[in-house]
Amino acid sequence: MKHSCMLSIGPASFRIGSPWRAPIDALRELYAAYPPVKSGIADYTVRLEPAGTGRRWFRPSIAIAGDHMLADAAPMALRHGLLAAEMGMNLQMALGWRRHLLIHASSAEKDGQALIMTGESGSGKSTLAAMLGECGWRFMGDEFALIDLVTGSIHSFPRLVSLKNAAIDVMRGIVKAPARFGPLMEATPKGDIAHLVPPADAILHMRDPAEPALLLFPRFGFASELRGVSKGEAFVRLTQASTNYVALGEAGFHALHHFVDTVPAMALDYANGEEALAAIDQLWEVRS
Amino acid sequence: MSAHLLVMLLRTPERAEALNAAQWNGVIATARAERLLATLAYRLKGQVAPDALGPILESARFDAEYEKRLALWEADRAMAALAPLDVPVLLLKGAAYVAASLKAGEGRMIGDLDILVSYERIGEVEAALLAAGWEWVKPDPYDDAYYRQWMHELPPLIHRERDRMIDVHHTILPLTARPMPDAQALLADAVRLPNGLCLLSPEDRVCHAVAHMLADGDLDGGLRNLWDISCLISEIDNISALESRARHHGLHMHLARACRLVDHLYGKGKMRLTWADRLFVRRLLARNNWGSDSRKFLGLGFYVRSHLLRMPPLMLARHLWTKWRNGHRPI
Repeated sequence: MKHSCMLSIGPASFRIGSPWRAPIDALRELYAAYPPVKSGIADYTVRLEPAGTGRRWFRPSIAIAGDHMLADAAPMALRHGLLAAEMGMNLQMALGWRRHLLIHASSAEKDGQALIMTGESGSGKSTLAAMLGECGWRFMGDEFALIDLVTGSIHSFPRLVSLKNAAIDVMRGIVKAPARFGPLMEATPKGDIAHLVPPADAILHMRDPAEPALLLFPRFGFASELRGVSKGEAFVRLTQASTNYVALGEAGFHALHHFVDTVPAMALDYANGEEALAAIDQLWEVRS
Repeated sequence: MSAHLLVMLLRTPERAEALNAAQWNGVIATARAERLLATLAYRLKGQVAPDALGPILESARFDAEYEKRLALWEADRAMAALAPLDVPVLLLKGAAYVAASLKAGEGRMIGDLDILVSYERIGEVEAALLAAGWEWVKPDPYDDAYYRQWMHELPPLIHRERDRMIDVHHTILPLTARPMPDAQALLADAVRLPNGLCLLSPEDRVCHAVAHMLADGDLDGGLRNLWDISCLISEIDNISALESRARHHGLHMHLARACRLVDHLYGKGKMRLTWADRLFVRRLLARNNWGSDSRKFLGLGFYVRSHLLRMPPLMLARHLWTKWRNGHRPI
């Protein structure tokens, strides 16, 4: 590979290579504040390769490859290289990570305690975590929350925040440093996307775990409503939100059981971000 | 280069100390691509290696334990499904290695459950598996008919709840291949484990692994298959018994090549390679520092060879024509 870089994100590290310079340079720039991979040995390799013979120059398009791959992944345009790199790294974590129970969720920390938000794409969990990160919370991640298999603590995976569509302008209104935003990638398979570099403290403390204190199932675009979620429902929904629950076997079961048994769970419908943040503040005040 | 290093580490794990970080990155990517990372993880136990490697190898061993548990459970389920028929469940490949705790099973990734039953009883076995929840995977009538007429196994079945595949073999090479292994002898000399599961005799295990790697297929995953052979041969007491068994199955030339390749890559490197052997070695080691295929044309050559092994030219032409019309494109 002609161009490559190594990234260290939370407990994981990646080696990313490509024959094209652009995606690697963009990664280097946006991940500049992250610590280097000290050992020089990465957990995973991601390759951003031409999607076919000649596709390096002619209508350049990227095939996401690496240690773990999807056989039928659709190729992506070169101008969406940052998104391809993000998807490649997510794929390695989703299919390969065994050191923690991995939940598809965002998380944020305050006073050493963690709020975990999980939901389908479009639920707003990414945006909410990014907003919290700008108002007194430590942003811990917008994609994966990692539950320690022994202690039950939450470990952070604060990769770049992946902002989609309307969330881009929302965050531009809040974050006044243009340098923290990556380029706007229009009309990707996931809509318009721009990356946001997490706040400095999120990166500085990315290896500090936090105790889980509240599990939230947010849902954007509905009239404001709050309801309790039973342990059974939380358990089942989290098994669906986890990519390695099955592969972890007994250890995964115990970690998840302990999690739902000790962490209160609520479902939050909301129509806009301010409303959700106010509800989260209230819930946080009265958390058990 | 990374495939060379991987092979060196499997052969002599004590040389792990000498690798630098860049070399480890290449080895890890290549080992993952060749499905040998967990095997390497077991080989490297107790060796001096960088700390960063610890969790990577630990996760690989964890996955291998999980694979093993799943494979043995599938074998158990197959045994339950076939119990009324009084047909022995003769395991092949990965599941057999872990069921008998063979060296080849250490860290082995196991995909499907492969079993061998006698040709006369294959209809009953199929019916019993269908009744127990396995279903057809290949809906295409041409594929189905092709399997039934020419292959050494039934079309693959997948369990509707557990999503695991079973391949029911009646012999170990396609009927169109040149060598004709003696399937009755394979069954007659099978070994029974205390839990009731069966596996091939030690000599036949080698013959099967050799046939699978060198008389069938395009050498994809060849390093792992050759590692299997290397482990299986190391557990053979009487090499001349193995040679005469291979001759009986028509696989002696394949065995001889396998022995040379094992010696060259995983052994002492004392045997002379033929020029054709060298092509095999090149194909086996075709992984670069990023774990990707570094010899596409050689790979294509072996892909073509795999089809020529499987079918006479006219039949191959008809097969390719049919597949092409159905929209199949190689690579």
